[in-house]
Amino acid sequence: MNDTIAAISTTLGIGAISIIRVSGKEAIEKVNNITNIDLTKRKSHTINYAYIKDNNEIIDEVLISIMKAPKTFTTEDTVEINCHGGIATTEKVLELLLNQDIRLAEPGEFTKRAFLNGRIDLTESEAVNDLINTKTDKARKIVINNLKGTTSNKIRDLREKLVKIITNIEVNIDYPEYQDIEEMTIDKIKQEIEIIEQDLENIIKNSENSKIITNGINVAIIGRPNVGKSSILNKLIEEDKAIVTNIPGTTRDIVEASLNLNGITLNLIDTAGIRETEDIVEQIGVKKSKEALEKADLVLLILNNNEELTNEDKELLEISKNKTRIIVINKADLDKKLEIKEENIIYTNTIEEKGIAPLLNKINEIYKLEQIETNDFYYVSTIEQLNKIKQTRNNIKDIKKGLKENISIDMLEIDLREIWQTLGEVIGETYTEELLDNLFKNFCVGK
Amino acid sequence: MKYDIIVVGGGHAGCEAALASSRLNNKTLLITGNINNIADCPCNPSIGGSAKGIVVREIDALGGEMGINADKSLLQIKKLNTRKGPAVWSLRSQIDKVDYTQNMIETIKKQTNLDIKETFAEHLIIENNTVKGIITKEKEEIKAKAVILTTGTYLNSNILIGSTKKQEGPHGEKTELHLSKNLKELGFTIQRLKTGTPPRIKRDTIDFSKTKVEKGSDVPLQFSFYEKSPFDISKQEDCYLIYTTPKTHKIINENLEKSAMYGGYVEGIGPRYCPSIEDKLVKFKDKERHQLFLEPESKHYDDIYIQGFSSSMPIEVQDKMVHSLPGLENCEILKYAYAIEYDAIDPTQLKRSLETKIIENLFTAGQINGTSGYEEAACQGLIAAINANQKIKNKEPLILRRDEAYIGVLIDDLVTKGTNEPYRLLTSRAEYRLLLRDDNADLRLTEYGRKVGLVKDKQYKIFKKKKEQIEKLLKELNQTITPTKQINEVLKESNIKPIQDKISLHDLLKKPDVSVDKLNNFIKESYSKEVAEEVEIIIKYEGYIKKQIEDAEKQKEYENIKLNEEIDYAKIPNLALEAREKLNKIKPTSIGQAMRISGVNPSDISVLTIYLRSKNE
Repeated sequence: MNDTIAAISTTLGIGAISIIRVSGKEAIEKVNNITNIDLTKRKSHTINYAYIKDNNEIIDEVLISIMKAPKTFTTEDTVEINCHGGIATTEKVLELLLNQDIRLAEPGEFTKRAFLNGRIDLTESEAVNDLINTKTDKARKIVINNLKGTTSNKIRDLREKLVKIITNIEVNIDYPEYQDIEEMTIDKIKQEIEIIEQDLENIIKNSENSKIITNGINVAIIGRPNVGKSSILNKLIEEDKAIVTNIPGTTRDIVEASLNLNGITLNLIDTAGIRETEDIVEQIGVKKSKEALEKADLVLLILNNNEELTNEDKELLEISKNKTRIIVINKADLDKKLEIKEENIIYTNTIEEKGIAPLLNKINEIYKLEQIETNDFYYVSTIEQLNKIKQTRNNIKDIKKGLKENISIDMLEIDLREIWQTLGEVIGETYTEELLDNLFKNFCVGK
Repeated sequence: MKYDIIVVGGGHAGCEAALASSRLNNKTLLITGNINNIADCPCNPSIGGSAKGIVVREIDALGGEMGINADKSLLQIKKLNTRKGPAVWSLRSQIDKVDYTQNMIETIKKQTNLDIKETFAEHLIIENNTVKGIITKEKEEIKAKAVILTTGTYLNSNILIGSTKKQEGPHGEKTELHLSKNLKELGFTIQRLKTGTPPRIKRDTIDFSKTKVEKGSDVPLQFSFYEKSPFDISKQEDCYLIYTTPKTHKIINENLEKSAMYGGYVEGIGPRYCPSIEDKLVKFKDKERHQLFLEPESKHYDDIYIQGFSSSMPIEVQDKMVHSLPGLENCEILKYAYAIEYDAIDPTQLKRSLETKIIENLFTAGQINGTSGYEEAACQGLIAAINANQKIKNKEPLILRRDEAYIGVLIDDLVTKGTNEPYRLLTSRAEYRLLLRDDNADLRLTEYGRKVGLVKDKQYKIFKKKKEQIEKLLKELNQTITPTKQINEVLKESNIKPIQDKISLHDLLKKPDVSVDKLNNFIKESYSKEVAEEVEIIIKYEGYIKKQIEDAEKQKEYENIKLNEEIDYAKIPNLALEAREKLNKIKPTSIGQAMRISGVNPSDISVLTIYLRSKNE
């Protein structure tokens, strides 16, 4: 129950400080494995300057808070790492931690522990219960829904390949007297494992290479009130052939909704209340826009074709000038009163059915997403999934080591089974009788 | 008459139950339909096999009888999977069916505190939902503090051959018709299960020249950890391998609708791992031939068992089928194959102690619980008796965890997941296979057997000595050797590659070509083969074993969070509907068990832990 868990516990924004929280029996000891200083010798409740290291490579310059049990949020030993290097670095640090056999925390798990350990008042029990229940359930479902069809098929194929090897080994063990059943040999495993490793590495590489793919594009829609933000938003939502939902993962705290446009994930950030009345959306002004800007990969600045540039518009143009930006001039059907000289300008007309098409084309153009779509390309879309798949690297390593040392086949099967299980978690298939069903389906045995 | 414990049924579960009960100083009555059929083996002449062989060792370690009785009755013995790792080594024996029964009857008759009565138990005497005894066929009331039902296939059984159905048990024995009805009235869910057995043929009408001989082990092997097997390894009987022919397949395919199974005459659900030859042909259409073994049943008579040839075809078709097999063209068929269907209870109505949830002090074991196999039955009989004893003496039940014994895996599977086919143990059912080995069954379980009182001094002393020796040898292996000329000379003598750096013997032993034997020059004491083998396994597989121990430890934390039987899951807010239903049905005793119920999701487990926490405040 109190194994050591970790998660990025702050909103992930480029350039901002992100905090990774680690909690559990071995928190200090395990974080210590990836730092340049000896954390075990530091006093409790101190902040320590250190480097995070991957072997000899310095990953990030960080501040590490050490808090020993019981005076912590979870009442367990807790370490918080303040990372400075942006999303990619923070994720790398998290990955290093997960390689130390630290488990990625479930959504709400720190709170759950705080509660289970008596840190949170029991009157809150129902609320905590609700929170955890909905969070985990939703997260699980969404994670699975978000997985691209081709990727889950690929993973399913891999699992099927594994199941064939595993059940073949099993049937050899449980029915050794069946001489006409094919014997799974070390050589066959050697061949298969190469292919499986290649497939897994491809998924990892593809997922890592494309942050767009991994996390989606964080989009901020900004503009002064009544300029037509919500009509643009509604049009985008209409285009979404999938569902509009909260998305899980590292960005869950900043993203209000994610749209799936032809397989491209647009994370709409800080557009609080998008599902409420138009009025509220329209009221989001400059101050809110500034906050949203910081976290955005792409800014959609909405202007009105039918009005002259206001001071507020100018201010928005100014603050977003260093961002990847599309200036969306809406109400193109009305008289043109707007004068503007900028790059990436498109005209839309949200009244017309295809009026939003120019915007979609532009997004595609900027991110060259069509190309990605048409490639034979497998990737997973959340860091949880990616980390799970990375876990299988350890199993592959053990299998290869075992193969070298001539370890017996039933031992190799332990790791094969773990890979199979982990991949099942990625695509949400954890039916336990599956192996036996397969065994009896594929092999003719019995007295 | 008044007894402490009554055991109903004299099969493999019943024998273990009766012996364990009486050895624990309970006045015990064993009720059987036919004294001469005690410990009968109505199906294959074999004890052990993959996973099952380990169960027999576990029974032995706990102070049960099956291992010793099998050792006394051997025809052949071998160790399976020796080319694989030690986790899957397992003993398989051919036993002499006559000897097996005779030896068991002798042991039971000699046992003090144990009476045998030849009758049928038709009703249970129940007061306040507690069993108080049984009423026999002759309407005699026999009182007891606890009752163990081990009725095997004899509950409301039908024997099926083709379209003929006879209301009887194996060997034409009488079946028990009332008890099943009585159990249903008491609230048990009765399910119909089916199994089958192949034909027997006469040994000297077989042309063995057309078969391939299958020999036993060339080194002595035995199940028991402490009783010396009287078997002379040089006197083993052979088994023989043959294959079905195209002609066999043609006959079966042409007559499919005549079989009891495919003709629709069977209601029971048969086991997937024990398919009839008809099933095999239907399900594996492309397979050109199926493997069959000819196994001797006894030195005392001529029957040869055709393993792999179960069938429910009418006898005239069976005649043709058998005679289409190589070497069997002119053989005489002594007994025809048959299918048998029988009543069993839903094992989710049992506690992990094998006491029923509905009726206190009533225990069930073996096929009545939905399992199949002599070994599966025997181990349940043993556990049921241990726990009946514990119960009437107001002591905690013995619950073996999944990381402690195959017996634990079996019982946990049964009571947590239930079964809709006769359940057989397989190594793949055990997630901690590397911990549940053949070699260490005694190390895992003897202390438990000692604690409940079944392990006597002789067994315990042998166990203690082995344990001490293992520790001693492990300690000796901690010494380091340095790469001097002299040392490398010694290593060379034992065919070990010279060392470059300082190394402990422990680490040296991890290398594939090194064994305890080869390190003899560095070891002071001499150790038994068993001890050396144990230590080699512990060291060579250290990394893997450690990983499984860690996994098991993690799971143990969940196992240790107890769930009260009284919890009404329907009243816990936020539990998913399916989880509520399943949890209320199974009533798991721990969070760990709850996690294994299908349909109970991680979020439900979260809700449960939070619920428990708020309850405890």
